[in-house]
Amino acid sequence: MAKQVPYLLVEQVEKTFIRNGIANNVLSDINVAIEAGEYVSIIGHSGCGKSTLLNIIAGLTPATTGAVLLENKEVNDPGPDRAVVFQNHSLLPWLTVYDNVRMAVDKVFSGRKSKAERHDWTMHKLDLVHMVHARDRRPGEISGGMKQRVGIARALAMEPKILLLDEPFGALDALTRAHLQDSVMQIHATLKNTMIMITHDVDEAVLLSDRIIMMTNGPSATIGEILEVNLPRPRRRLELVSNATYIKAREAVLKFLYERHAFVEAA
Amino acid sequence: MSRPALRAVETVSPPEPLAAATAEVIQLAPRAAASTLGWLKPKAVAFATSVVPPLLMVALLLLIWEILCSGSNASLPPPSRVWKEASDLILDPFFVNGSQDIGLGWRVLTSLQRVAIGFGLSAIVGILVGTLVGQSTWAMRGLDPIFQVLRTVPPLAWLPISLAAFRDANPSAIFVIFITAIWPILINTSVGIRNIPQDYRNVSAVLRLNQFEFFWKIMLPSAAPYIFTGLRIGVGLAWLAIVAAEMLTGGVGIGFFIWDAWNSSKLPDIIIALVYIGLVGFILDRLIAALATVVTRGTAAN
Repeated sequence: MAKQVPYLLVEQVEKTFIRNGIANNVLSDINVAIEAGEYVSIIGHSGCGKSTLLNIIAGLTPATTGAVLLENKEVNDPGPDRAVVFQNHSLLPWLTVYDNVRMAVDKVFSGRKSKAERHDWTMHKLDLVHMVHARDRRPGEISGGMKQRVGIARALAMEPKILLLDEPFGALDALTRAHLQDSVMQIHATLKNTMIMITHDVDEAVLLSDRIIMMTNGPSATIGEILEVNLPRPRRRLELVSNATYIKAREAVLKFLYERHAFVEAA
Repeated sequence: MSRPALRAVETVSPPEPLAAATAEVIQLAPRAAASTLGWLKPKAVAFATSVVPPLLMVALLLLIWEILCSGSNASLPPPSRVWKEASDLILDPFFVNGSQDIGLGWRVLTSLQRVAIGFGLSAIVGILVGTLVGQSTWAMRGLDPIFQVLRTVPPLAWLPISLAAFRDANPSAIFVIFITAIWPILINTSVGIRNIPQDYRNVSAVLRLNQFEFFWKIMLPSAAPYIFTGLRIGVGLAWLAIVAAEMLTGGVGIGFFIWDAWNSSKLPDIIIALVYIGLVGFILDRLIAALATVVTRGTAAN
């Protein structure tokens, strides 16, 4: 790994927002390399700039200094190679479930796939998230968990090099969340995607990730520690409850978040 | 061990289900018989509750009007006289007895044609300019104050200047429609465009939609509820303006008919024309509302 170029490289990224002439340094000195097929979580207290970091990787927010390199090429603009699963699903309410995914497929594969192929591709992605049965429904008519499934299907349909998940399960109840986490693990096992997920849930981070990036508190937040989770896959949540490695990893994250970088309430 | 218990249940249970069964049969039988009628009944009731009250009110108002205007020195005709003198206008809206003596249906259609052209133009221009103003902060800063001033100008105040510019009655009337209807469409569209959620913009950025795709696939559907509100207000204003404009420009429209009837003191004709105008305005409003529910279905739900 010493000389080889990593799949995704975030190098010396720094972000300063300037609002009303006051500079606010959100992120500083972010350096991280991510390999192909890795599942990486970013965890930290709210306001630590983890969403900003994800947006910089996605290209939705420009970095003030530093660069993001994907396969050794600098990326500055958003694009379907870094598909995003948004926290609040961001489905277009006037389109059906199928059309929401199909729109992405049509745009990304126009000219590369025939109409029939694009239809099959759309159906396949809906099948991956078990949403074929609701293909003709509109986002307003399905539950929050189902919407997020469609959001994941839409992102997967772009055949991204990296899948970026911005607190994908944040707005869901605990049972739905567990269900979706299992689905995402299954998809990761099948497609071997590279995934970067933002979360503030310690169990979720340990359960899903190969590595956990722990962020210090802002302003000028940076990567405090990176924890390797050496648990074999497939992982089953029930078996992990008493697993020593799991418990240790969980403890390490909790200690980082609540002992060394406890959240300071900003009045 | 379980057998006695089972038996006990068996021996105890028969009377109860029997009683329940007989009770249920009595309850179910009329329900089954009324199933076809039961399907019709709520619809009939809904129809009756929405149609009967307004009909009753109309009858009551006609009665009051009849009583108020039945005196010998009443200045306005009572409904009975309106019916006696102008029933031909109601019963046969599409007669043609000469170039100026035609049924009210034809006149309404002529006016509607002008409204269609003027309103169609204002819808196209309003949505396009509204999109521009909603998209660009600078266009908004520069144009919004101008629009806010222009939209308060009454429709008829535009008429002399458009007559001077077009030197013809028909395009002037259409221009008055256009300039009256465009402001609500334009302003509502720009508000709708400005309110497109950042989420949708992010989606289109990730998908790398070009400007044209963004306009058709994100902007218009997202702003559609706002645009249709503007269109509905606009079509109402257009119909208000055409009647006033036609009174002054002449021609064949329903507005000129009123003016003509006034000049020849045919008050019953004017009253019938008012009813026509009101009903057509109501239908126009309903049409746009119905179109809105078809086009924007699902948009409101998030």
